[in-house]
Amino acid sequence: MSGMTFTMLDATKMSTAEIYGKTLCDLGEEHKEIVGLSADLAKSTKIGMFGEKFPERFFNVGIAEQNMFGMAAGMAKAGLVPYVSTFAVFTSMRALDQVHTDICYQNLDVKMIATHAGLSFGQAGSTHHCTEDIAIMRSMANMTVIVPADGVETAHAVRAAYGRKGPVYIRINRGFDQAVYERPDYGFELGKAVTMREGTDLTIIACGSTVWRAVEAARTLEKVDGLKVRVLNMHTIKPIDAEAIERAVRETRRIITVEDHTTIGGLGSAVAEVAAGTGKSFSFRRLGVPDCFSIIGLHEDLLAHYGIDENGIAAAVRETMGRDFEADENWDDEV
Amino acid sequence: MPLSSEEKRRLEEKAHELRNLSVDTVVWAGSGHIGGSMSAMDIMTILHHKYMKIDPKRPAMPDRDRFILSKGHIGVGYAPVLADLGYFDKELLKEYNHTGSPLGMHLDSKKVTGVEASTGSLGHGLAIGLGMAVAARLKGESWRTYVLLGDGECDEGEVWESAMAAAHFKATNLVTIVDRNRCMIDGPTEEVMALEPFADKWRAFGFEVVECDGHDFDSLAAAFDRAHAAKDKPVAIIANTVKGWGIDFIAGDYKWHYGGFDAEKTAKAKESLARHRDARLAGAAGGAGAAGKGGGK
Ligand SMILES: Cc1ncc(C[n+]2csc(CCOP(=O)(O)OP(=O)(O)O)c2C)c(N)n1
Repeated sequence: MSGMTFTMLDATKMSTAEIYGKTLCDLGEEHKEIVGLSADLAKSTKIGMFGEKFPERFFNVGIAEQNMFGMAAGMAKAGLVPYVSTFAVFTSMRALDQVHTDICYQNLDVKMIATHAGLSFGQAGSTHHCTEDIAIMRSMANMTVIVPADGVETAHAVRAAYGRKGPVYIRINRGFDQAVYERPDYGFELGKAVTMREGTDLTIIACGSTVWRAVEAARTLEKVDGLKVRVLNMHTIKPIDAEAIERAVRETRRIITVEDHTTIGGLGSAVAEVAAGTGKSFSFRRLGVPDCFSIIGLHEDLLAHYGIDENGIAAAVRETMGRDFEADENWDDEV
Repeated sequence: MPLSSEEKRRLEEKAHELRNLSVDTVVWAGSGHIGGSMSAMDIMTILHHKYMKIDPKRPAMPDRDRFILSKGHIGVGYAPVLADLGYFDKELLKEYNHTGSPLGMHLDSKKVTGVEASTGSLGHGLAIGLGMAVAARLKGESWRTYVLLGDGECDEGEVWESAMAAAHFKATNLVTIVDRNRCMIDGPTEEVMALEPFADKWRAFGFEVVECDGHDFDSLAAAFDRAHAAKDKPVAIIANTVKGWGIDFIAGDYKWHYGGFDAEKTAKAKESLARHRDARLAGAAGGAGAAGKGGGK
């Protein structure tokens, strides 16, 4: 992959945020108009790596997120390309008016790399969990929303964000993510889902930390239950890959979405909007955090608690396979 | 009123006990915000053990004084204060951060008895406290609201929106305390985002400012006495403190905002705390200068 200055082996030893920091350093070398901003979370979000390399192009505004996003808007208006990093919860909620009005409304080139998303900062509790941001950010006009599945995909996304006109929101986790790709050149393309596994019985559509878990579940289901489950990594939530969703409806007629996010308004809703538009009948289920403030705990434990780990996903698939949906003998596109 | 030597001794012992319990809590939790817990401990101790009208057996008592921990990240410092008072079983501290435990990094008012507001997103506490203070006055009630802020937290615009409003509404039943430990996450406050002239900023927003040594109970007592006598301006207490106070290998070091202790560090921390307690009890200079390394560098 172009511009990646670390190997796959290095990538397994770096947290997702470190891969982001490294990628931004490389990108900053190539494009002098890139600047970085953080709000007393330079170290935690790893944008500090860029700050160390380009101190004169890095601005730590203190604990003042609203000012930070407003400043980023001003910098973008003046021709710079700001990469802005704080926790997802403060990007999507604390500074939302600035993101909405100063950045999205004016369609400015501000790239928001939001860390500690979903339940990945599990022990910090609901002031730091962020299970609403996909819903919020995808409702903003002009915004692109990317939820990378692992570190390597984060590197692709951070680079793709530069080439994409307008505001981009990239949602990453705290800490390490299980690598889902064996090679970096799997063909990342903004707005195009990646087929992680082929299958015709059911399609799991996942994003972020649930992709690896969905793949594991599909593997188990094939071995144990003989099921052929398709897994799509919907890394770009907006613009969504409608074609891949429509194909999944036609070809598998059973869809399960899974996300480390509330079931209201996120990936599941985005998929439902497209799938409902096909006019076909299909079985559908959304897995995610139910309508509540999460309990505290380790990320893995919380994903298991809300049934969005390998076991929860596999159980949901089995349950859905046993469910009937309205027969439609006339479907000529059915397989 | 100046503290009696007996009262001072009692507060010193209590603060020491709570600091130790906080170190234990960090160990049980795996890690935690130890630096800001140590800087705030004397403030929280004098409030809960001298000034605040509270009854842990009646946590919802309508006329209780309220304490809002606006710098909500120091759950490992605040939970021991509440547990020790009997708001909940101390044993629960051993499950801090465990999956499903009511005690996480930032305390949840719906899960932890005694916590008045779920904080952790910085900058919110003063507004909530002001709302409470205004409500008390409207209802003709005499309880007070105390809000403890971090100094880095004062970068947030909302703090100053609340400050402007507190002066405007003459909220003299609101006591604002800033833990001026001169550190935030990415470095010393004056290097990351300069706050000085800090007291002047509060004054310009309509506050009477009382500066004190946040690790000297006489100095803290004088500041609270002044705040309680507020007539027409709200009072902000700027308590000069040392992040990590009492634990020599972390004191004044911003890098110890958050961290964990292995067995060796735990023993070293407790040994250091004991030394500083003894020094303070002996009446040796116990203030901000004594247990830190030059005020937050
Ligand atoms: C709105 C918001 N932004 C960022 C953070 C992350 N954060 C947690 S603690 C902290 C530093 C706090 O510094 P200070 O207020 O000085 O606290 P202290 O040094 O007393 O611990 C930051 C930036 C947060 N909790 N809330």
